[in-house]
Amino acid sequence: MEKQNLKGWLYLLPALLFLGAFLIYPLIDVFIYSFEEGYNSASQTFFGTGSYNYSYVLHDTYFLQALKNTFILVIITVPVSTGLALLISVALSSIKPLQELFQTVFFLPYVTNTLAVGLVFMILFKKTPYSDGLVNLLIHFFGGSSVDFIEGPYWAKMFVLCFYTVWVVMPFKILILTSALAGVNPVYYNAARVDGTGRIRMFFKITLPMISPMLFYLVITGFIGAFKAYSDAVALFGTNLNAAGMNTIVGYVYDMLYRDSGGYPSYASAAAIILFAIVLTITCINLLVSKKHVHYH
Amino acid sequence: MKIVLSHLTKKFPGRGRGAKKKEDVTAVNDFTFEIPDGRLVGLLGPSGCGKSTTLNLICGLQKPTEGQIFFDEEDVTPLTPQKRGVGMVFQNYALYPHLNVEQNIRFPLENLKGADKLSKEEMRARVEEAAGLVQIGDLLDRKPAELSGGQQQRVAIARALVKLPRVLLLDEPLSNLDARLRLQTREEIRRIQKKTAITTIFVTHDQDEAMSISDLIVVMKDGLVHQIGKPQEVYDDPANLFVAKFLGTPPINLFEGRVEKGSLFIGEEAVLTLKDIPDQPVHVGIRPEGFILSENGSFTCRLSRPEVMGRDVSIVSTHPASQNPVIRSIVDAESCEHLSGDNVCFLLKPRKVFLFDQTTGTRIPFETA
Ligand SMILES: Nc1ncnc2c1ncn2[C@@H]1O[C@H](COP(=O)(O)OP(=O)(O)O)[C@@H](O)[C@H]1O
Ligand SMILES: [Mg+2]
Repeated sequence: MEKQNLKGWLYLLPALLFLGAFLIYPLIDVFIYSFEEGYNSASQTFFGTGSYNYSYVLHDTYFLQALKNTFILVIITVPVSTGLALLISVALSSIKPLQELFQTVFFLPYVTNTLAVGLVFMILFKKTPYSDGLVNLLIHFFGGSSVDFIEGPYWAKMFVLCFYTVWVVMPFKILILTSALAGVNPVYYNAARVDGTGRIRMFFKITLPMISPMLFYLVITGFIGAFKAYSDAVALFGTNLNAAGMNTIVGYVYDMLYRDSGGYPSYASAAAIILFAIVLTITCINLLVSKKHVHYH
Repeated sequence: MKIVLSHLTKKFPGRGRGAKKKEDVTAVNDFTFEIPDGRLVGLLGPSGCGKSTTLNLICGLQKPTEGQIFFDEEDVTPLTPQKRGVGMVFQNYALYPHLNVEQNIRFPLENLKGADKLSKEEMRARVEEAAGLVQIGDLLDRKPAELSGGQQQRVAIARALVKLPRVLLLDEPLSNLDARLRLQTREEIRRIQKKTAITTIFVTHDQDEAMSISDLIVVMKDGLVHQIGKPQEVYDDPANLFVAKFLGTPPINLFEGRVEKGSLFIGEEAVLTLKDIPDQPVHVGIRPEGFILSENGSFTCRLSRPEVMGRDVSIVSTHPASQNPVIRSIVDAESCEHLSGDNVCFLLKPRKVFLFDQTTGTRIPFETA
């Protein structure tokens, strides 16, 4: 028995070493940094320990802006992208002709470079003194007045960021959900039809529970991904996100690390730990909720 | 309620390659028969003969290529499965894995709308009644994965019965059970069917199963109905070679034979004298119970061994004209006490001997002189 255990641990050792070196150790390190006040990476010195870094970060208007942006992004894009992906997947799996073509079309954004897509979005939404983007032309067409989505009001920029994020994460979700839907044994639908079940009830009582593990997986990874959003904002608004008022938490951490040649690793660490705590909390809540609503079989 | 099938046909588009490409598969070919009210009908045939397709047509999951289905006088052919009021037990039961037994059984009731809508208490009562009928009242809180095959099957039956269907369809309901449970469950199905008096169609490829519980059996092969009748009648009076071969355990013994000058010859021996039959080569089928041991019997076989099975003895022998490797004949234990030597001689019971046309396999009726 003892020997068996030892063997088991031995097999796990390489993975544990890796995780320890590249995951656990940095995490602990960041945690320690976040309590070292005034750390200087050049001289590797610090003044003292305490919670001042957290206090600074939590009072920094840039951080609060980033926090707000991130939360808005998460709260809007995760439900919208998952819901839309579900809708499209259901539609896709109920049409037979050209199904594969549509699947490919919906998957294309996934294999396209984020920055390239960002550029296209910028062109679509941008407004310059000389020309309107395509979206503004459309708004004009319907009788509205043009809006600068890239350098204009906050809500417009937020709209583009959310739109873009949904656009980028959707293909993967559609892919996962179409295969989840295809994996539901048709015999359940047959049984339900013979039992007189209507389409809507069939969807909520059979389809949804059957694909709930996949849906749950998408929601959890969606939350985590959205909380870690950064490159999307850069693609749309450039690297000076604080100035644009469109920074995210990860963007803030990044800025803190590299801004002003050398930066403020302590503040960055504190912000990173705050993000970690948020993601952990949300994931735990997700897991608790899933206990009731996700059916593994 | 009686079910009437009228020229019911179902073709599937061919999927083969090359020359076979365009050829449709006719899974159900021109079925016309009536299933009387309140009876249990066994749909019997080898795998792939179109049994499941027939059930799917009756419950509406598939649309017929041609023909109609009537429930009593009502033409249900254009109705969706939702509207037909049929209860169905699928081969793998199709219990919803995320719902417990009670929720599974209640599921069809929750679909009822309008005037049929039930209150919570009524549903509860109906679920308990159905669960009681199949004796799973104490399993209501379990998930399907926590049940044995037999229990799952009972849940499936309860779910099919709970909405008091006009018709109950069972697609190979016993094939996933072990032998003992199969025997027990088929009695159970018979009991429940008798009690509820719901017109029931029971699909199986096991002739034993079909014979033992059906009021009526429909023997089919390759999408065609070969014979319909009471089990005993079909057994005693098979319409053709296929039906004769398909029914009975041990199976019927088959021989190459010929009719010559009013006698039936198997090998060189004349075994029966026949009236008014033209000379022709025939297949001869003899039921295992159609042999009588007799020293002056005219049919001589090479004795392999007797197998004692309690009251009866099964004599295993061989014959050059036999189409099977061995011949099995079942005789009284007493009559074979003096069984010895290399050969056994039999007299044949004419009613247990069937003649079939060598090319078409249709039965050739005969009378003995
Ligand atoms: N959906 C389908 N598409 C094409 N051919 C089918 C389909 N369903 C059944 N068949 C064919 O129809 C025939 C009868 O099938 P089935 O009714 O399932 O037989 P059984 O239930 O008696 O075993 C088989 O040859 C099968 O290959
Ligand atoms: Mg079948």
